[in-house]
Amino acid sequence: MSILAYNGGCVVAMRGKDCVAIATDHRFGVQGQTIDTNFQKVFQINPQMFLGLVGLQTDILTVKDRLAFRKNLYEVRENREMTPERFAAMLSSFLYERRFGPYFVEPVVAGLDPKTSKPFICNMDLIGCPNAPDDFVVAGTCAEQLYGMCETLWKPDLEPEQLFEVIAQSMINAFDRDAISGWGATVYIIEKDKITVKTLKTRMD
Amino acid sequence: MASERYSFSLTTFSPSGKLVQIEYALQAVAAGAPSVGIMASNGVVLATENKHKSYLYDEHSVNRVEMITGHIGMVYSGMGPDYRLLVKQARKMAQSYYLTYKEPIPVAQLVQRVANLMQEFTQSGGVRPFGVSLLICGWDNNRPYLFQCDPSGAYFAWKATAMGKNSINGKTFLEKRYNEDLELDDAVHTAILTLKEGFEGKMTPDNIEVGICDENGFRRLDPSSINDYLVNI
Repeated sequence: MSILAYNGGCVVAMRGKDCVAIATDHRFGVQGQTIDTNFQKVFQINPQMFLGLVGLQTDILTVKDRLAFRKNLYEVRENREMTPERFAAMLSSFLYERRFGPYFVEPVVAGLDPKTSKPFICNMDLIGCPNAPDDFVVAGTCAEQLYGMCETLWKPDLEPEQLFEVIAQSMINAFDRDAISGWGATVYIIEKDKITVKTLKTRMD
Repeated sequence: MASERYSFSLTTFSPSGKLVQIEYALQAVAAGAPSVGIMASNGVVLATENKHKSYLYDEHSVNRVEMITGHIGMVYSGMGPDYRLLVKQARKMAQSYYLTYKEPIPVAQLVQRVANLMQEFTQSGGVRPFGVSLLICGWDNNRPYLFQCDPSGAYFAWKATAMGKNSINGKTFLEKRYNEDLELDDAVHTAILTLKEGFEGKMTPDNIEVGICDENGFRRLDPSSINDYLVNI
């Protein structure tokens, strides 16, 4: 079994009209055994930027900390807030530094540009090959199911409320078909002047 | 090894609190060929003297004005060989920044990193400070920038300045001529006039160099366009 699927879990991010959404499941397990049902894989990096990490749990925590370190240094050195594009580029080069002994994580970045409020989403493989489409990105043990759901439900220019419904339904119906993801979910809707956090109750089995 | 005991930094404080090596480096700069930088409302200009000792010299083969990256350029007063090393390092810094962030390096960041390198050469063992002062110009954030970097690692942001031989006269001249809403063309003109203060012999397109930077990036002017400015003086 792949080490990326050892702990299970999934993250998805979507673009809407002047907003983005990112969602995570809550499960942390060791293969089939569930250890924790409140392990959130999405972290707030900046007021309007979130980072989701799926894969090996120990690497999730390390990558999150090391990226925060680099981002903080950048921000004090340059005296400005890091944009999601810059953060994704930095993350990509950070992961490629470990090309032959990688961190076993698949990252997802979602956020708005601090100045222009332009939505940005991006995901990567574990060695940092970036992919920044204008619809949605998925990662995790139920990535295939998530692709199916997102391709069915997503459409351009969704308003924040609609975007929440789309991302929540995509997430729930995808991870219900996966034994090692799920146990509840959290959705973040990022708008220009507001961030909404919603917790979803789902099947707990 | 016994010799290691003597490979401490040459720049050790003198009892009066001075670092004489840095003062000597500044003297090397003050004796070097003059260079001028002027910020205009829509760009920034660098100009310098590039005089040749002999008529046999192949001019335009070795340049004093160099591009660091698309939107940043540099010129120096002082020692040529030291400058080449700084140009090489500055280019590396610009590219490694771009490699990490996929964004061209901000001018202030490049200046800070170059200044940091120059500072390291005042404190490391087995090296001497750089015998150059740099003028670094660039364009980002929709505005021009002009910085000076000294051998000590100190750096300053200028509206206009002169370095090298005759820099005092050059600065006095600039103080009289400078105003904030100067256009780039006028700034080039003023820069050439500043060089002309105390220029020995006749100024030709072959013995001065000019670089300009605006929203389209940095470029060195070719001799024919420098000539256009010279005939208007």
